[in-house]
Amino acid sequence: MLKDKIIRYILASAASISVLVVLLVFYFLFKESFLFAQANGIKILLGTQWKPVSFFDPSFGVLPLITGSFLVTCIAGLIAIPLGIVIAVYLAEIAGEKEKEILKPLIEILASLPSVVLGFFGLVVLAPLIQKIFNLNSGLTALTGAVLLAVMAIPTITSVSEDALRAVPALYKQASLALGASRLQTIWRVTVPAGLSGIVAAVMLGMGRVIGETMAVLMVTGNAPALTFSPTESARTMTATIASEMGEVAQGSEHYGALFWVGLILLFITFLLVAFSQRILKKYQNFKT
Amino acid sequence: MSHPNKTSFTETLCFGAMRLVTYSVVAVSLYIFLDIIFKGFPVLSWNFLTGFPSKGGSEGGILPALLGTFILVSGTIIVALPVGMATAVYLSEYARQGRWNNLLRLSIMTLAGIPSIVYGLFGLGLFVLYFNMGQSILAGCLTLACMVLPTIIVTSEEALRAVPQNLRQASLALGATKWTTIYTNVLPYALPGMLTGSIISIGRAAGETAPILLTAVAFFLPKLPQSLFDQVMALPYHLYILSTQHPDMDKVRPLQYGTALVLLLIVFAVNSLAIYLRISIRKKFRW
Repeated sequence: MLKDKIIRYILASAASISVLVVLLVFYFLFKESFLFAQANGIKILLGTQWKPVSFFDPSFGVLPLITGSFLVTCIAGLIAIPLGIVIAVYLAEIAGEKEKEILKPLIEILASLPSVVLGFFGLVVLAPLIQKIFNLNSGLTALTGAVLLAVMAIPTITSVSEDALRAVPALYKQASLALGASRLQTIWRVTVPAGLSGIVAAVMLGMGRVIGETMAVLMVTGNAPALTFSPTESARTMTATIASEMGEVAQGSEHYGALFWVGLILLFITFLLVAFSQRILKKYQNFKT
Repeated sequence: MSHPNKTSFTETLCFGAMRLVTYSVVAVSLYIFLDIIFKGFPVLSWNFLTGFPSKGGSEGGILPALLGTFILVSGTIIVALPVGMATAVYLSEYARQGRWNNLLRLSIMTLAGIPSIVYGLFGLGLFVLYFNMGQSILAGCLTLACMVLPTIIVTSEEALRAVPQNLRQASLALGATKWTTIYTNVLPYALPGMLTGSIISIGRAAGETAPILLTAVAFFLPKLPQSLFDQVMALPYHLYILSTQHPDMDKVRPLQYGTALVLLLIVFAVNSLAIYLRISIRKKFRW
């Protein structure tokens, strides 16, 4: 009996490590960025210029980084969300069993592609292509990054949405078909609306992945921290800024603190996305049973 | 006709368009892989795999990066596997509904959603600076371990829950204690499934760059690491450096493709192992 108790405690303490890690992540990001906020005030962060290494007048306005991330994420979403959902509907409702067995792994394999490999592909193949199509000086643009991120998000959106569509009770479809609706009408008026909450969760998970992605965007977006909304110009995201600048800053410097701030903002955005999508998925599971 | 409802022209058109979209994305996926495989394959050679990079990365092989990735991944698994599996056993067998359970689940979900670069910042703040490990293998492994932990927990828990309840009840009815029941009647059946999840996370750890960027890797090292507190080279970072920082891009292009292919092959080999394991489990246990 004693042995059982001890083992129980060991397992419980192993489980509490996860809680501890989450707390530590939040604590360290707060701690390192708090020093910066204390010294400079939060106001400085709302500036429109990110010039951390300027000798006379360094400024740490994170606005261009946030808009950079926003721009790239939005374009990626515009590409990945419709494609991901259409593919999910096709796989779940239209494709034959055999066809699906071949197609599904070929799409899901994209999810296992390391982001640095995808970034490399973007650099070598996609960037020159975009440069040619839009007649630009450089192919390293927000659009290039967004296309790569869309490639990353599609497998997530597709597989979670497809699960949601499959979970829609067959009765619903049968009822619709029995009333004389065509397959197309049944799909768009019955199946997709019934699985909508799951699809929304899928989109959020996909977008969470996109906004947190680092290496691919670091390699192909050109990294100019400018306040722009043009997809064919260079953009710099929050993730790429941290990755490219952290190596060169002194610990405890203003710049160091500012980068932790950027990390903290990023952490909050992704945390909200995950929490929200989990809520929806949970509701959805209740609905299923 | 398998379907009694009339197929209209719009329907045929719509389904055709959706098929086109699906096949186009599949084509893009295939193109990416085939491009890297065909251009990387001619570079692969014994010398490439076992040589040191020379002349600033313009020539030579990838041995230190390959070995570095191997070391980082092994270390990560040694740290993350016991913790992850223990957590999964606790969640599936011991935890009861309640606040503590909710907090645990929320934490695991949060961990799964944290961007990899934020893990890098966290590792830098905690392991590299606060614990004073410096940029080292140890700091890198610990950071990666935090990152893969949620994957291991979630997939292991699924495997544990798939073991039928009556196996547990039979053992408990015979008077076995809870732990004896888990050890003899649950774990042996769940273990292969738990390993599958862990193997998938190995693939992820091998391909990640952002967390080790700030905590473990070096641009170039003339010799192999000697201790846990040394920096290492790693395959994904090597590819990043080769393809963005090298002055003569066109000259090193073949080396870039070779490195990308090796990384891809590692991730594939690991994932195929997981898939193979999953299929063989399905054949072995049918409840």
